[in-house]
Amino acid sequence: MLCILLGVLALHLLVFILLIVSTASNEKGHSDLWYSCLSEPKAYSCSQASNEDWIQAVQALMILAVVFCFVSLLAFAYQLFRLFKGGRFYFTSIFQILASVFVMCAAIIYTVMRPSNGKGFGYSYVLAWVAFPLSLISGLIYLILRKKD
Amino acid sequence: MLRVLALASVVLLGIAPQASQAITVYTSWERHALVGSDVRLSCSFFSWRFVSEDVSFTWRYRPDGSRDSVSIAHYAGGEPYTDNKGAFKDRVEFVGNPKRRDGSILIKNLDFSDNGTFTCDAKNPPDIVGRPSSVRLLVFETLPIQAGVITGAIIGVVLGLLVLIVVIYYLMRFLVARRVFSLSVSKHGKKKKEGSQQRQASFLLLLFFLFLLPLLQYPPPLLPPLPHMHPVCSDKRNRLARCHHHMTIWRDYNSIQRLLREFGMRKRVVKGNIHLLCMAAQLT
Repeated sequence: MLCILLGVLALHLLVFILLIVSTASNEKGHSDLWYSCLSEPKAYSCSQASNEDWIQAVQALMILAVVFCFVSLLAFAYQLFRLFKGGRFYFTSIFQILASVFVMCAAIIYTVMRPSNGKGFGYSYVLAWVAFPLSLISGLIYLILRKKD
Repeated sequence: MLRVLALASVVLLGIAPQASQAITVYTSWERHALVGSDVRLSCSFFSWRFVSEDVSFTWRYRPDGSRDSVSIAHYAGGEPYTDNKGAFKDRVEFVGNPKRRDGSILIKNLDFSDNGTFTCDAKNPPDIVGRPSSVRLLVFETLPIQAGVITGAIIGVVLGLLVLIVVIYYLMRFLVARRVFSLSVSKHGKKKKEGSQQRQASFLLLLFFLFLLPLLQYPPPLLPPLPHMHPVCSDKRNRLARCHHHMTIWRDYNSIQRLLREFGMRKRVVKGNIHLLCMAAQLT
């Protein structure tokens, strides 16, 4: 039981870190969530990312995903000590699944609406797509997990 | 006392030389405006000296992509002077109140060629050392949504909904528990009087349990579970009075539990919600 708990907790923390890195990172030379920077040989100029609606929606969804993941972490810690024997971690799994849904929406919107300038994808985009299935799996595990202590 | 006076005088003497410190000019950072509209560019300053009669404001304009700036408005000696030759001819008006340290100008009928940087320089003799401050003007056909408005709105709405759902959920559970408890209390009170009414009340109570306990079960209680399932109260001695009170309910619920088990409901469902009813009891 302890191994399973530790494993699940490690997965949750991994998802949380991936989400934070994906949300907050700005790679030079790629059009990103918060700034768009052009890199030239000896200079770079950064301006705030376009004010378009979809980028703001993507920002909001990523931030919400991070918040929900954090809340689910807190709910997990709480339910670990307070749940009655044999109960399921409902709250934890609900928040985690919601977080994964938000990440999925954000990634899809970004994929569809991204500016078509052929620059390729930055690592933050890849991390978001990786975080989505991991958080979904983590949420489903919480749904199935039963407290046996 | 003397020491305090000495300290105060030192501090004041230290501040006095600052009376001739630099003047600071304040303007906005950026202004957004629509084509054809008017925009008021504000400029004010802070100076340790009183506003003198020779206070002066100078506004310069530098178009985007150019390195030269041209003067478009000047206020000196109590008189405003505005552009009467260049691109801003008859479009600039001095609307500030220099006596109140305000040197704002109004630009009318904007055009896309007015995109650029406006610099305000204020001088308040003898306080003349200072840096001018610039405001960037952006002229749009349609005003874009400010960065972060939609982001903030989405986040706020979702979190607000979440809080609302949690509050409503706990409120519903609490109200239902209170209702059930009050029914059981009324039943218990009239026990000695009429038997048929008792049976009716217990039937109603049963109905409540049958229909509402499954709802209550749904996410399992986030509230702390009971340590033992035997007595509904805690083990502390000073809660004996409440314990008695609850034991009576427990007796009723024991019987109800037996009935429910016949109907196939899980024991855990009843047990898990008894503390809720206890909580309701403590408040009625």
